[in-house]
Amino acid sequence: MAENQKILVCAGTGCASSGALPIIDILKEEIKRQGLEETVTIVGTGCQGFCEKGPTIVIEPQHVLYTRVQGEDIAEIVASDVMKGERVERLLLLDTETQKPVTKMSDIRFFAKQHRIVLKNCGVIDPQRIQDYTARDGYKALEKVLKEMKPNEVIEEVKKSGLRGRGGAGFPTGLKWSFCQQTPSDKKYIICNADEGDPGAFMDRSVLEGDPHSVIEGMLIGAFAMGVDEGYVYCRAEYPLAIKHLSIAIKQAEEAGFLGDNILNSGFNFRLKVFAGAGAFVCGEETALMASIEGKRGMPRVRPPFPAVSGLWGKPTNINNVETWSNIPHIIRHGAEWYAQFGTEKSKGTKIFALTGKVNNTGLVEVPMGTTLREIIFDIGGGIQNGKAFKAVQIGGPSGGCLPENMLDLSVDYETLTNAGAMVGSGGLVIMDETTCMVDIARFFVNFSQKESCGKCTPCREGNKRMYDILDKITKGEGKIEDLDTLENLALTIKETSLCGLGQNAPNPVLATLKYFRHEFEAHILEHKCPAHVCSALLSYAIDADKCKKCGLCAKNCPANCIKGDKNTPYVINQDECIKCGTCLDKCKFGAVTRS
Amino acid sequence: MEWFTITIDGREVSVPKGTTVLEACRMNNIPIPTLCHDPELTPSGACRLCVVQIEGMRNLPPSCVTQVAQGMKIETQNPKVRAARKTILELLVANHPLDCMTCEKMGNCSLAEYAYEYGVKGDVFAGEKRDLPVDDANPFIIRDPNKCILCGKCIKACTEIQGKSRLDFSFRGFNTQVGPAYNIPLNESDCDFCGSCVSVCPVGALTEKQMAGKGRPWEVTKVQTTCPFCGVGCNFDLNVKDGKVIGVTSNPQAPVNGKALCVKGRFGMDMIYSSRRITTPLIRKDGVLVPAEWDEALDLVASKFREIKDAYGANALASLSSAHCTNEENYLMQKFMRAVIGTNNVDHCART
Ligand SMILES: Cc1cc2nc3c(=O)[nH]c(=O)nc-3n(C[C@H](O)[C@H](O)[C@H](O)COP(=O)(O)O)c2cc1C
Ligand code: SF4
Ligand code: SF4
Ligand code: SF4
Ligand code: SF4
Ligand code: SF4
Repeated sequence: MAENQKILVCAGTGCASSGALPIIDILKEEIKRQGLEETVTIVGTGCQGFCEKGPTIVIEPQHVLYTRVQGEDIAEIVASDVMKGERVERLLLLDTETQKPVTKMSDIRFFAKQHRIVLKNCGVIDPQRIQDYTARDGYKALEKVLKEMKPNEVIEEVKKSGLRGRGGAGFPTGLKWSFCQQTPSDKKYIICNADEGDPGAFMDRSVLEGDPHSVIEGMLIGAFAMGVDEGYVYCRAEYPLAIKHLSIAIKQAEEAGFLGDNILNSGFNFRLKVFAGAGAFVCGEETALMASIEGKRGMPRVRPPFPAVSGLWGKPTNINNVETWSNIPHIIRHGAEWYAQFGTEKSKGTKIFALTGKVNNTGLVEVPMGTTLREIIFDIGGGIQNGKAFKAVQIGGPSGGCLPENMLDLSVDYETLTNAGAMVGSGGLVIMDETTCMVDIARFFVNFSQKESCGKCTPCREGNKRMYDILDKITKGEGKIEDLDTLENLALTIKETSLCGLGQNAPNPVLATLKYFRHEFEAHILEHKCPAHVCSALLSYAIDADKCKKCGLCAKNCPANCIKGDKNTPYVINQDECIKCGTCLDKCKFGAVTRS
Repeated sequence: MEWFTITIDGREVSVPKGTTVLEACRMNNIPIPTLCHDPELTPSGACRLCVVQIEGMRNLPPSCVTQVAQGMKIETQNPKVRAARKTILELLVANHPLDCMTCEKMGNCSLAEYAYEYGVKGDVFAGEKRDLPVDDANPFIIRDPNKCILCGKCIKACTEIQGKSRLDFSFRGFNTQVGPAYNIPLNESDCDFCGSCVSVCPVGALTEKQMAGKGRPWEVTKVQTTCPFCGVGCNFDLNVKDGKVIGVTSNPQAPVNGKALCVKGRFGMDMIYSSRRITTPLIRKDGVLVPAEWDEALDLVASKFREIKDAYGANALASLSSAHCTNEENYLMQKFMRAVIGTNNVDHCART
């Protein structure tokens, strides 16, 4: 039996929702029952990244990952692995290629190709204990900055690191800081943007849940560099765990003297507040976000003036994304050169992606910029679920675009993706397989944007709605070929004339799908067919009388009750009543139901 | 002052630093369509109709919020710019009732004007339209949210001119609306009925109720006058049709008040035709007020003044005059008291 073992139970929102919290209790009970309290510590961590396989637990120092752990597995894990060092094979992950169980966590492909800087502590430490953070060099960068560096040197270091904003636009962080630093004012603010509204993105939530002190430390360093004494974290109220962990962390940092007045006896003061946003996507846009903090309706305003000149309450303000802030302590601790060795010429460091959709390993992955999409999807993500064929990857959420198979070798960096018609955005990666209809996907994202448009400017408010209408018509088989030109022209006008990034990027999913999957649009319009068999208006189900064994299973399961037949007559679908749900196709064991 | 030389549609012009592209164009008689711009309000850059193309700038920037820079090259009418404006107008018109025939704004509507100029019928994006209840529960303003193009000017007028902030946007996306909080009718909100919002609305979404159905802009003569209600001296235009005042509209050139007015000035002018107006002098005889000739009335007042002055001295008399009167009338009143009666007992209702 190994001495001083640690059992790390993922208690992030993902695993919590697949049942991790009761497991912690059961585990504690079991450890107590076995009398191991002295040597085994149980840590409820933030997201370990492997959400799809949750609840996950890691046993250290053996470095074993158990997946999809249930309450009834605990006794066995403790009895074999913790006490005897024998692995519980059935809970180990199978290698995607060899199909053999992997005993060492670092050998799992999902983790092997990742390079964790921002996520270094996530899933490893207890985010509710500041000691866990300081034990792993936490607040050392702050100390270094306060004791050894001048504000300008800090900014120079961040500039040299090449760090660019992780909130979407990729603006050079050091440069942005220098703007705010140079604006004279009696009062300035910094803000951490944790609004994270992209459907499918959850990296900011995970960082705040799993390693909140890294964000606080990053903000402290920024505040020192820019001469700021007050900051806000704007976090959507739908992230209660993130808000909770962050609030605990702020309190602990205050008690430890990292936040407040005269921090570490340096004379530097900084206070940090959490502001819970109501969850409008547009409130992630910086000017809308600040209006929201001021108690106004979250609506973007024209820039200039930029926040660095006139931001929150008219004062110079610097706003960065959660992941951006979280990178800062690492850059200061290890130096700009160290950081700049990762990534490409123009996009330095790592980026966290939220891998979701029809991929085997969904979860959070942190990779160096410049990694190819193929590596992320197939090596780390383990390829497409159920052996289906890859069709497209949507990058950057509703502001991004869908890229096809032949673009999988593109390097993931700001410029390459933007040139391809997608964007790094916040880092959402939604993987689609052959059963996805691209017209339907474009419609889905445009629907999101049109609903979330703040309504201020005409092209975004009215234009996205009309793009949606046209796409909807096409999915119903009512489109005309001229509609594609109207759609494209409208998309370009919205892009070029909208006020903020929401409107300027909302047409991207449409333009990208029109560019790479035009044939699917044409099939809907010209042949009245949905090649992926998704658009229900273009489908019909029928029962092949020769193959029908008259078992009646389809009829029994049909929610519309529209299949008639009996022991002697083959079953027939009443097309007028069929709601095209596809249940009969799934249920028939004899392949008698066809879809066309 | 620093001046910049810029090129607009191939023409070189000089404008002071700090000028917006829109202002620069208008100074030089180059027309730019706008729906959300108003020189009296802070710019919002919302309608996007004023977009232009500027060399070296990405997308089509809105001229109303883009400041000129030395050497800037601006194109205001090229096909790309015009096409974008046309699309924006198509989008607005597609979501508009288009009942211009009976609309109060017909003949004075910016949307109709630009739709005409750009040949927009609203059929390109025809589809769903809003269908919201009209708010006409108050005596002064008809608010038809279906005609609202969400330019936001009324919001700014209410906040920046009247200081009330009764109006704002609500809901998102296609469902966005402008109105009082919780969508309550104006008369249940804390609205002053100053009508500043009405005066800036570019379309028929906010109109004067009293003028509804009374006359078309081209039938109306506008007569600039000074408001008789108080001493501020606001100017506005009486809208006169067939010799009758049918209502009041703001005169943007008004030196004292610009477009701003209060409820009395904007909506109180129907008092001209009130049956309860006093049109002759009245003398109380045996406890009853009886109409009298001016000579009789003035003789009576003069003799009473003399009686009092003779019996008690000039300081037994005092005058109180009214903000309803013009400056000149008030001047005469105090002159009369001082020079003729011989007292300094002069006061005025607007003294605080
Ligand atoms: C519609 C819209 C939504 C946005 N949402 C977010 C968000 O959720 N989180 C974020 O960090 N940035 C978001 N941004 C970008 C911010 O406006 C801003 O650029 C960013 O927070 C700056 O931080 P960075 O320089 O560290 O990237 C959004 C922008 C737009 C236009
Ligand atoms: S682009 Fe859309 S979200 Fe942005 S200001 Fe315009 S209407 Fe609002
Ligand atoms: S598709 Fe659904 S509704 Fe139609 S026949 Fe089959 S089970 Fe019934
Ligand atoms: S507001 Fe203008 S466009 Fe609309 S109905 Fe009235 S006149 Fe016609
Ligand atoms: S009438 Fe005056 S107070 Fe009332 S909403 Fe309009 S601008 Fe505001
Ligand atoms: S009511 Fe008139 S002024 Fe107000 S937003 Fe609508 S169109 Fe603009």
